[in-house]
Amino acid sequence: MTKPENEITWKDLNIGSIVTEPGNASQYQTGDWRSQRPILDNSKCIKCGICYIFCPEGCVEQNPDGYFEANLFYCKGCGICARECWTRAITMIEEVE
Amino acid sequence: MEKYAVFVPRLVTKRENFAPGHRACIGCGEALAVRLACKALGQNVIVVTATGCIEIISSQLPYTSWRVPWIHTLFENTAAVASGIEAGLKVLMRKGRMPTQDINIVAMAGDGGTSDIGLQALSGALERGHNFLYICYDNEAYMNTGIQRSSSTPFGASTTTSPAGKMSIGQVTWKKNMPAIVAAHNIPYVATASPSYPFDLMSKVAKGAATQGPAYIHILSVCPTGWRCPTDLTVRIGRLAVETGIFPLYEIENGEYKLSFNFPQLRPVTDYMKLQGRFRHLSEETIEEIQHRVNKEYAKLMEKVT
Amino acid sequence: MCQGVLDKSNNNDRGGGIIGRRVGIEVSLAIAEVVGLADADVVAAYPITPQTHIVEHLAELVANGELDAQYIPVESEHSAMSACLGASAAGARTFTATAGQGLELMHEVLYVASSMRLPVVMTVVNRALSSPLSVWGDHSDAMSVRDTGWIQIFVENGQEAVDNVLCAFRIAEDPRVLLPVMVHLDGFHLSHMIEPMLLPERDEVEKFLPKNDYPLPLRPDKPVAMGDFAPPIIYTETKKAQEINIRASKEVILQCWNEFGNSFHRYYHPVECYQCEDADVLLLTMGSFSETAMMAIDKMRQEGRGVGLLKLRLWRPFPFKEIRQAVKNAEVLIVLDRALSFGGPGGPVCSEIRSALHNEEKKPKVISFVGGLGGREITVAGFEYIVNRGIEISQTGSEQEFELFGVRE
Repeated sequence: MTKPENEITWKDLNIGSIVTEPGNASQYQTGDWRSQRPILDNSKCIKCGICYIFCPEGCVEQNPDGYFEANLFYCKGCGICARECWTRAITMIEEVE
Repeated sequence: MEKYAVFVPRLVTKRENFAPGHRACIGCGEALAVRLACKALGQNVIVVTATGCIEIISSQLPYTSWRVPWIHTLFENTAAVASGIEAGLKVLMRKGRMPTQDINIVAMAGDGGTSDIGLQALSGALERGHNFLYICYDNEAYMNTGIQRSSSTPFGASTTTSPAGKMSIGQVTWKKNMPAIVAAHNIPYVATASPSYPFDLMSKVAKGAATQGPAYIHILSVCPTGWRCPTDLTVRIGRLAVETGIFPLYEIENGEYKLSFNFPQLRPVTDYMKLQGRFRHLSEETIEEIQHRVNKEYAKLMEKVT
Repeated sequence: MCQGVLDKSNNNDRGGGIIGRRVGIEVSLAIAEVVGLADADVVAAYPITPQTHIVEHLAELVANGELDAQYIPVESEHSAMSACLGASAAGARTFTATAGQGLELMHEVLYVASSMRLPVVMTVVNRALSSPLSVWGDHSDAMSVRDTGWIQIFVENGQEAVDNVLCAFRIAEDPRVLLPVMVHLDGFHLSHMIEPMLLPERDEVEKFLPKNDYPLPLRPDKPVAMGDFAPPIIYTETKKAQEINIRASKEVILQCWNEFGNSFHRYYHPVECYQCEDADVLLLTMGSFSETAMMAIDKMRQEGRGVGLLKLRLWRPFPFKEIRQAVKNAEVLIVLDRALSFGGPGGPVCSEIRSALHNEEKKPKVISFVGGLGGREITVAGFEYIVNRGIEISQTGSEQEFELFGVRE
């Protein structure tokens, strides 16, 4: 785990502030940005993967049954997957607290 | 795109070298384009970015979204830094100080960092013939600093430094034709691409990376924030840009033009423009003017296509 | 006059055996030769008077196969330094040269090189700044890059230039330093002089200079991210780290100079004293003026005057300890600047020296002169005048912050 920025001292930094943990931004939760979330209707899903391709976050993952689901830790609720889904299997519903 | 390309979604690599958890706006077309490009590039790559949206969303100290080696220095020197890396690796391998291997060097910059402030460095690097791929992510304005016009902003678009008003229709100049400027350097591969056509984009990026010598890909990145459109229309608007002939997809391989998608009839430009708030203020005459010019440019392109 | 070889009239402990081969060539060409001997990997080159001979000769060395390097003929100095950043980040030994306007054009990139800790070596052939256009030598370009975080060394003759460019590679690439290094030499007065110099042999260079082994280069098998942006919550920490590092580099610089001396019998110091014992009046110069000043000091000593010369060699990191030590017994210190800070203290070096001495209990009166701008000569007589006038000002005071030497009123 990377130390949060408000705790890092000058001694913690690498030379030139180089970051040596590739992809450690995946610790940052972007899921709390959204105001709507995608809901998948499995009966309509043809497992084509187009939602996975078009997600700007890259957070759509295939579950063990082969259905593609958005990882809600990252999902920002843009709605592109719902818009592009060929069978309209995905709908966006409002995020409730 | 190859007739027999098997880039079906499930066959695309699952590895995300551009990791989720980045701070792009909701529905960002550029983030999508970078993600797809990274899928095509694989692991043996060094990415150089300019200051701009992509750099800011992916590299807040102490985090990085990149799972490949990455360097950012300044705004206008992406191509120059890439030149230096290419030269450095070449000589280190030649002197036996590192094992000889294929490492693709990919420079990524926005439209501002390419057609405005970065034009000199790009032109120099292309002329010197370095072996690298330069990808321009064109969201048609200086989006990261708050939607200011660039030379890639389309005619009639309203931005904060070319706002629509009583005395102005917004941007008064036509979008700079970067692929043509780059093609004038006689480099082996130039292409335009859009994340709305993901497999076409990925195959072009792979082709560009594999090209010996300089390669350039110009990607239209839909920006819901700056173009003032709903976040879920990113892919649709990108598609419309191609279908209206505003942003045709083509390749120039060793001077030969190849159209990637041809349409029996182009859709009217209003289909594309009416979805975006930045064109909302335009009168019918201006849109007519734009339609006329788009037709003309498309015809010019078609003449060059073999 | 070749400083250091068999010359015992100074107290720098130079001399004592000849290592290397003796050449009589232009200093610029000798610098290029030593970059070749150091087996630089990447040279990014853009021409600008008066450094052009350096990059021209490097191109010849590469073209003739004497130097195996990638020579990138970039399209501007900004791109020259940017290409150096890239090459250095890839782990290559990198060199470039520039002057005056070129240094200004790459200004923003210089900060990046030092804060990203990339060991680029650059020779700056000091040239005056426009406007009016001047290709001739003065230190305005050097003074404009004071705060860029580079290690900066001034040299006064060809031998020093050759020696310090070689040391620059070793200092820059040292894992305890990893900072870019500038070697400053005066345009035309030094760069274009044909001098007798000792060039080291290749095997001696190989013994002295280890291979560049940058610890975190850009490599697909160990991905790193260089050049993150820092919000306010963390930016200060990155700058503290940078400051600690450049101060600590002084130790490495001294060690390097010491080992250079052991290998090549010429020792360098951050501040060098010439005829300073029992001198109540000291003159301080940087760069090639030191040579002429030494002659003036000799003349005045023969006349029985108690004057001495301080030569400031290490500009950054600033040698506070050595300056304070060198001036502690003097009554008057006259600092000759070759650059002018308009509307401000006048002489930038003088203002730094004054600041360094401010809290000392016992310190000399510090008098500021600015001269030699735009390549203007200062003769031995000129230095005598400066010393005499400096002493006068120390006694009577002056309304001006500094005196501009040699200007026609």
